[in-house]
Amino acid sequence: MLRDEDRIFTNLYGWFDWGLEGARKRGDWSTTKQILTRSPEDIVEDVKNSGLRGRGGAGFPTGVKWSFMPKEVKDKPHYLVVNADESEPGTCKDREIIRNDPHKLVEGCLIGGYAMRATAAFIYIRGEFYNEAMRLQAAIDQAYEAGLIGKNACGSGYDFDVILHRGAGAYICGEETALLESLEGKKGQPRLKPPFPAGVGLYGSPTTVNNVESIAVVPEILRRGPQWFADLGTPKNSGTKLFCISGHVEQPCNVEEEMGIPLKELLEKHCGGVIGGWDNLLAVIPGGSSVPMMPKSVCDDVIMDFDTLRGVGSGLGTAAVIVMNKQTDIVRAIARLSYFYKHESCGQCTPCREGTGWMYRVMDRLVRGEAEVEEIDALYEVTKQIEGHTICALGDAAAWPIQGLLRHFRPEVERRIAARKAGEPVIPVMEAAE
Amino acid sequence: MPKLTINGVEVEVPAGASVLQACEEAGAEVPRFCYHERLSIAGNCRMCLVEMERSPKPVASCAMPAGDGMVIRTDSELVKKAREGVMEFLLINHPLDCPICDQGGECDLQDQAMAFGHHSSRYDENKRAVEDKYMGPLVNTIMTRCIHCTRCVRFSTEVAGVTDMGLLGRGENAEITTYLEKALDSELSANVIDLCPVGALTSKPYAFVARPWELRKTETIDVMDAVGSNIRVDARGSEVLRVLPRLHEEVNEEWISDKTRYACDGLKRQRLDRPYLRKDGKLQPVSWDDAFAAIAAKMKGLKGAEIAAIAGDTVDVESMFALKGLMTALGSPNLDCRQDGAKLDATTRAGYLFNSTIAGIEEADAILIVGANPRWDAAVLNARIRKRWLEGGLKVGLIGAPVDLTYKYDHLGAGAQTLTEVADGKNAFASVLKDAKKPMIILGMGALTREDGAAVLATARKIAESTGMLVPASKDEEGNEVPAWNGFSVLHTAASRVGGLDLGFLPGKGGADVAGMLEGASKGAIKAVYLLGADEIDTQRLGDAFVIYQGHHGDRGAHRADVILPGAAYTEKDGLYVNTEGRVQMGLRASFPPGEAREDWAIVRALSAHLGDALPYDSLEQLRAALRKSNEIFTEIDIAPEAAWGPFGAEGAMSETGFGTTVENFYMTDPISRASQTMAECTEVFVLPKQDKTGTEG
Amino acid sequence: MSGIDIAENQPESFAFTPENMAKADAIIAKYPEGRQASAVMPLLDLAQRQHDNWIPLAAIDVISEKLNMPRIRVLEVATFYTMYNLKPVGKYFLQACTTTPCWLRGSDQVMKCIKDKLGLDNHQTSEDGMFTLLEVECLGACANAPILQVNDDFYEDANYENTAKLLDALKKGEVPPVGSLSGRNVSEPEKGAQTLLSYKDNEAARSYDAKISAGETGEK
Repeated sequence: MLRDEDRIFTNLYGWFDWGLEGARKRGDWSTTKQILTRSPEDIVEDVKNSGLRGRGGAGFPTGVKWSFMPKEVKDKPHYLVVNADESEPGTCKDREIIRNDPHKLVEGCLIGGYAMRATAAFIYIRGEFYNEAMRLQAAIDQAYEAGLIGKNACGSGYDFDVILHRGAGAYICGEETALLESLEGKKGQPRLKPPFPAGVGLYGSPTTVNNVESIAVVPEILRRGPQWFADLGTPKNSGTKLFCISGHVEQPCNVEEEMGIPLKELLEKHCGGVIGGWDNLLAVIPGGSSVPMMPKSVCDDVIMDFDTLRGVGSGLGTAAVIVMNKQTDIVRAIARLSYFYKHESCGQCTPCREGTGWMYRVMDRLVRGEAEVEEIDALYEVTKQIEGHTICALGDAAAWPIQGLLRHFRPEVERRIAARKAGEPVIPVMEAAE
Repeated sequence: MPKLTINGVEVEVPAGASVLQACEEAGAEVPRFCYHERLSIAGNCRMCLVEMERSPKPVASCAMPAGDGMVIRTDSELVKKAREGVMEFLLINHPLDCPICDQGGECDLQDQAMAFGHHSSRYDENKRAVEDKYMGPLVNTIMTRCIHCTRCVRFSTEVAGVTDMGLLGRGENAEITTYLEKALDSELSANVIDLCPVGALTSKPYAFVARPWELRKTETIDVMDAVGSNIRVDARGSEVLRVLPRLHEEVNEEWISDKTRYACDGLKRQRLDRPYLRKDGKLQPVSWDDAFAAIAAKMKGLKGAEIAAIAGDTVDVESMFALKGLMTALGSPNLDCRQDGAKLDATTRAGYLFNSTIAGIEEADAILIVGANPRWDAAVLNARIRKRWLEGGLKVGLIGAPVDLTYKYDHLGAGAQTLTEVADGKNAFASVLKDAKKPMIILGMGALTREDGAAVLATARKIAESTGMLVPASKDEEGNEVPAWNGFSVLHTAASRVGGLDLGFLPGKGGADVAGMLEGASKGAIKAVYLLGADEIDTQRLGDAFVIYQGHHGDRGAHRADVILPGAAYTEKDGLYVNTEGRVQMGLRASFPPGEAREDWAIVRALSAHLGDALPYDSLEQLRAALRKSNEIFTEIDIAPEAAWGPFGAEGAMSETGFGTTVENFYMTDPISRASQTMAECTEVFVLPKQDKTGTEG
Repeated sequence: MSGIDIAENQPESFAFTPENMAKADAIIAKYPEGRQASAVMPLLDLAQRQHDNWIPLAAIDVISEKLNMPRIRVLEVATFYTMYNLKPVGKYFLQACTTTPCWLRGSDQVMKCIKDKLGLDNHQTSEDGMFTLLEVECLGACANAPILQVNDDFYEDANYENTAKLLDALKKGEVPPVGSLSGRNVSEPEKGAQTLLSYKDNEAARSYDAKISAGETGEK
């Protein structure tokens, strides 16, 4: 288990003062001015060397992403945009950072912003996080008041603003270009790429969009040195990570752990185990609703990092672990996700706009066995017709949970159809195919 | 210049081209719905997906910039599957009501479903139904058919410049609408019908009228304004059923105004279909011979100076040429083609042309608009100014009545005083023009149809000369030809006007202009007036003159006439028209004139024989040969030749009254559009409420 | 408008209160010059807060004028995002999350409780105008599932019984403490965290005085 001294989010559970005074006690803002005397390249290099990979789901190396920003500020200002739109089902980690450790984020904005020569950070927080937004704004105000941000931030001679922007109910705004559209006052419809935000982003300016957690860990990495972070975790999957565990565990919770922690250990140590015991485990969605589920057989010994989970046909995503035990109606669990994607499709691309509704309607019938067996194959083909054919990844995200279901639980789906045809009650019987 | 390999074929395309354009260059067909050359790229329909080497996913070719070394396939299994997939998705919620859909037979969705789709659907759920939206008298909506390509939203926002359309909601519930279902208030609104790739937006006046394969299609020229939009007229039997735009990059691109498109129902109403003669104060039907005999009897005793002729705004060059010949034979110097009294003279062709050309607007970087409302005077041309303005770096100043032009401009002043200031370099806009590389002045009829029009013309000419609007051809550093620039541009509103000026349908020596003729007629000095499609004059002032009206509609001129000679409307005859740029274009007959009506040149020719001095041509070809001989301008079709600069206008005092605009109601400007029910509806929906609001009229 | 839910009865006019107008100006000033359209979402929110939790069309007009945006663009935004109510909602706007993580933890029971206690199905408003129920998508608090959002506040770890108590309290005009209905501290494991215990009684142990090793860049 990760040692407490290696944990970054020491106020994860809000035991202490979230405010500036408390934050300072926990080490935040302690050497910021010093850090800002270093060159931006130097800071980017440290972040690269730390091995930090984006915490928003894709796992792209954060330092490399920063290095895509132009090396010089030309006619347009640079912007850092922080994605606090946390909406991926299962994910609830950024909320805790924002309400319990907001200064880590604000300080991270300053340092990250400095490293990409930005004049300002815009933090886009989902609209439902109203109280969290109030808390974060209070922290931002404290930082302004203390001269930590704003003109001559931390006495560094560097001017930097932090602006909080609330969303209003749209999962798609977690997609970085949709977020930029939304921030510009439009519908959150993802943009075509190219051009990429590092070239043409917010207001047409070079922009980097980072997840809250990615930004909030940066000050700590710079203070402790990249090697400290790189030494934690597994190769190419370094550092600590906030895991959000929901569903059928005794004690759902958020917890900061080392990358690469075995799934079983994560659930048993921190969550009191699967309800009904490990053998009662049916499947786990390990990285938020958009990644395919893993049946118990995989869960037994899988470790939680980007590359390992990709290797078993799933993904770490946002490290939102959704646990389902054998009492779960797995078809309905996935059908409900299909409804989610239908509800959240922006409607721009044909395959996603039309396909998410189609998939949901078939899934809804499959829950009750009201279908023909051939429709299972048709459904699978529909997921394939959506996957990879849309501007953003929402289409993929809608397709994958169904693909995961059909890969691992097709017999259950077929059984319901057969039961229905035989006039028997359609009662879920949960057993993975493998 | 990036080089790409497309299906194994190497092509080179200009920098900035898209992969889709490169595919077309290579002859590889790429289906598309949302993509349109003249609109911003949405990339949402996903129909144009192609396979790109080193890309794990197929890419939307419309949105992908062509890059050097790209290897693209449009013929692979991956692409085929992608297209079939998208097509299937497009159709699952589409009603497939083709048998009752007006788009049937000319529907992109239908065509591409045949070419790229599955043979059947696997979709078993209920289909989506979407409530139809009101969008005004022209655009019919069946929104269940909509495939959310957003072409209409982009057109109205970008080209038409009216941000009333949008896509509300999201996901599968997203709906195209106008704000609170208000009518789409643009003179170009119906172009969304052409743009709609399905039958969601169709033509309201044309609803359930005909199938495309029943129609006889004729490519011709519009006469509703002086732009000379290229159109296709679709007719069944003798009836013109609809008008559609034809592509002409230099004139109308692929847009037409709503009047150009929809005035055609006026062709069926109030038509003059046989000759009439006024007997006992009432117009009575007569034979052609009787009508001609009556005219001959009246003309017999008249001297040339007692006869006058006015050519209207939509007449063809040939009939004006014939009438000029007839008048000359009768010894009359009283001819005029300027019904509105515009003080244009024909001494220098450059003095009455839109010299920059319409396409040239796209090169201009400063425009001074004087006494014009381009949005109503020439809606399609106004869209070109907007297009240039959207690109950025264009400054526009306006002298005259302030109107919404769909782009921003500086309102410099109301009239001649401001114009003089610009000419004298005392107005800041003078330096804007001077600093510009390609400055323009657009001089509208509102500035010229005044007593002091000739002085306004001279002042405008002074501005052109003093602010660098006349740039001779040159060579750049690399020795390439740099063409000349002439920014002096007269914006006509009458389709016949430039042609009339070119062939000299103007007062001869000692002859009267329109004002002089009316004066003469009301005082009895002019005893016979020949109105060739001329309805925009004050017929009250024709006094006791014997009025011959030759034309196609029972409009103002016909009501005052003593003899009516039924002619052909623009769709019913072959004829030449010269647009505001000086571009000679050839119109073709789409259907025959009704009843006993005849082509206009032939009427004049027949009359000339009755008057004893037959014009020297027996066919339209012979007439055109004579025309070309009289002025070589008419030898070349469809080019806007450079016109040499020279003297025109006349210096003089100018009135303090502000410049007005001459088009009072865009939808009704000539006998055809006045007879159109559709234009009447548009007037009611778009024009009257605004007049009520401002309280200036009605 | 079939798919777009806009109230039929609309007030004649809308105006921001002077206080909110000042707020609106302050919001607009946060964004770079010429980018005032960015303020459309906060202004819609402001209008909704001022106007009993729903946005009348007259407010769309006011905002479009204020931001110099076409009205259709403002309406597009107002209809795209689910948090803008374009028709009236009850005094207590109940938004029950039923997405999979909440459903796994019993959101069906929360919905059932609301149906039993208030008689409300999804999208319905109680006759007395006190409650509106909307089934919503993931609220981002899944470790505390199920979530029932009441106006701005999250009530977490909901089940049939504690939801019933919450509704009873709301009916009486009481506002119970926001957060976990089971009394749990944030998203800490119910029976107490296994981590960070070494700091629990000594927050300062985490300060950089103690932490930073020699040679590290540190201002101190």
